[in-house]
Amino acid sequence: MRIYLDHNATTPVREEVVEVMTAVLRENPGNPSSTHAEGAAALAAVTNAREQVASCLGTEPKRVFFTSGATESNNTLLCGLLAANASRRHVVTTTIEHPSVQEPCTWLEARGFRVTRVPVDEDGRVDPSRLAEAIEDATALISVIWANNETGVIQPIEEIAACAEQRGVPFHVDATQAIGKWPVDLSRIPVAYLSCSAHKFNGPKGVGALVVAGDGGIEPLLLGGGQERQRRGGTENVSGIAGLGSACALAEQELGERRRRYAELRDRLWRGIETSIAGLRRNGSSEHVLPNTLNVEFAGSAGEVLLQALDLEGVAVSAGAACHSGSISASHVLTAMGRTPEEARSCLRFSVGHGVDAAQIDRVIELLEKLVPLAREAVEA
Amino acid sequence: MTGPAAAVAPRERVVVAMSGGVDSSTAAARLVEQGYEVIGITMHLAGGASRCCSLEDAEDARRVAQRLGVRFFVANYRERFEQEVIVPFADSYLSGRTPIPCVACNTRFKFEYLMERARVFGAEKVATGHYARVERDPSSELYTLRRAADRSKDQTYFLFELGQAQLSRACFPLGAMTKSQVREHAREIGLTTADKPESQEICFVPDGDYAGLVERLRPEAGQLAGEIVDEAGRVLGRHAGIHHFTVGQRHGLGISAGRRLYVSRIEPDSQRVVVGGIEALAAHGAELTGVNWISGQPPERALQVRAQVRHRHAGVNARVEALPGGRARLLFDEPVEAVAPGQAAVFYDPPTAEAGREEGGERTLGGGWISTALK
Repeated sequence: MRIYLDHNATTPVREEVVEVMTAVLRENPGNPSSTHAEGAAALAAVTNAREQVASCLGTEPKRVFFTSGATESNNTLLCGLLAANASRRHVVTTTIEHPSVQEPCTWLEARGFRVTRVPVDEDGRVDPSRLAEAIEDATALISVIWANNETGVIQPIEEIAACAEQRGVPFHVDATQAIGKWPVDLSRIPVAYLSCSAHKFNGPKGVGALVVAGDGGIEPLLLGGGQERQRRGGTENVSGIAGLGSACALAEQELGERRRRYAELRDRLWRGIETSIAGLRRNGSSEHVLPNTLNVEFAGSAGEVLLQALDLEGVAVSAGAACHSGSISASHVLTAMGRTPEEARSCLRFSVGHGVDAAQIDRVIELLEKLVPLAREAVEA
Repeated sequence: MTGPAAAVAPRERVVVAMSGGVDSSTAAARLVEQGYEVIGITMHLAGGASRCCSLEDAEDARRVAQRLGVRFFVANYRERFEQEVIVPFADSYLSGRTPIPCVACNTRFKFEYLMERARVFGAEKVATGHYARVERDPSSELYTLRRAADRSKDQTYFLFELGQAQLSRACFPLGAMTKSQVREHAREIGLTTADKPESQEICFVPDGDYAGLVERLRPEAGQLAGEIVDEAGRVLGRHAGIHHFTVGQRHGLGISAGRRLYVSRIEPDSQRVVVGGIEALAAHGAELTGVNWISGQPPERALQVRAQVRHRHAGVNARVEALPGGRARLLFDEPVEAVAPGQAAVFYDPPTAEAGREEGGERTLGGGWISTALK
């Protein structure tokens, strides 16, 4: 039996979601753009999902636009700035963003934009006042990740949103890791845009949403067909969208319980290894952090070796940034927090989620007690 | 995501270094057939920060592992490989030597770092697709490194730095096979790599442009022009840096003389390349450093051996004398051409009386790095 502690990479699809999706695939063959009964039924599935997503995020259904996932949402918004803002050609972001924000920012720079990347402290948090200082008259957008995928560290989103509102700059938040693990209530926090992906909270891969809270115009990335009210061409991924809706409904319903249970498991793991293995350091704030994420430096060992050894023993975790061949490099998030490349290469990320229990955590503690000293003997760090 | 049936006794784990070529693929397949629990690892060695990785070869290895039903990982050694192999390779050219990076790659990367990783994985043995054999001598209990059954493919020359501890954990499943048997076997079991062409160049210089690599790593090399002189010191021409030359080289000298000229010596201090006729290439021996004796014990008296001074060298009968400080002196029975500093001299058992051939014995005794050719 495998032990899966990599829920920040992706999550297993919940049975409830599978049922909703299979029902759509089997019984709902229409195209939402068609006007006949089949089309109407498909449109109803999409509309229902839109309501579920809106309810989960504390916004209105008309603000929700479906995409293929957070990467597309982030790209749509950031790359769309090029056409939308002739005069404002500056973006404020941080040094710990996901590549789907970082790379569009680099793309914009190559096309005449300026990008200010505000650094984080050693706990992995950005200082809202430093972010405010970076705002200029030409700033078209502020983009900040709500909860970092590698460390789980939560950014002061409320403060940043308040500051952005006061300065009149649209604020985009990448909430991909936050949903289902952290309260995301747009009725309380004035963000202009939000990105998310279904597969990070027990929904299917290949579907997500971009929430456009204000009236800000967005240039579509995909043209053709006028779907999603002209913002995203292409026939809707109806079953995927229904799955996203269902996963949102579960997340909304279970948030309190998940936070409590995940934190219990995560803390059990940290206490277990902290007391029995010397030379550990937890990466990132232990206060402002997702309940499910634990990023640990195992000084003097290589994260890649530990990951592979754990995998052979039946445990899935992650380390740093995997490149396409599968080899692992130092994480830019950890180096942005002041870790040396060597330190960053000595880290593992554990992320718990649905289906993980205390007995599994105890097994992982036991394995780490055995493997860390062995990995430290191998001179590979 | 369930593992293999747990009813059978746990099998011995072996790590196989899988490059994505036919040899290491077949080595992995042979071990699976022999009942081992194989863990395939592609060592990600070259391909700097700019280019993420050599996707294709790792993908070939991954596909073979999938086909064989074995676990597979990519191991990142890029930074270390750059420091310990690629930079010294460049510096070697700049100091007038002709390096063989494959030896350090074997000694350190496959049979040290990968072995260490294997131990974390609970695997005592590390296997590669090398054409070589390792055996344990029952009387001395020492491990011996023997020539491959397929002499034309033998790679013991690149393995001469291995010691007893490494040989005790090394495994060469192809040592008794010929190359054509390997390909045939790979085809029979349907490996996608069965007909993949042989890699000829040094793996981190796929275009063969060594001088270009040297100049990328050490930009100052581009400024180091010098003279081409004959043995009497007469200037015959100019060159764009000694890293463009190798002892024994005939082409690309850019000078015309009435006879064929070869690089006979490279002088890093004066940046001079010395050329001469074929006779200037002949050496009667070589001084060696960094000598490894596979038994772990240098011989007390001078030893009659068959010596090989480069990869594709038929070998020459010679006497080797171990000197203090990991050095040795090698004296050839007859002159040898183009003995290049930076290359290795590897010693084998001398030709046997029975065989009566101009071919050495099977056993690799050791070897060292050529520091000076004796002329």
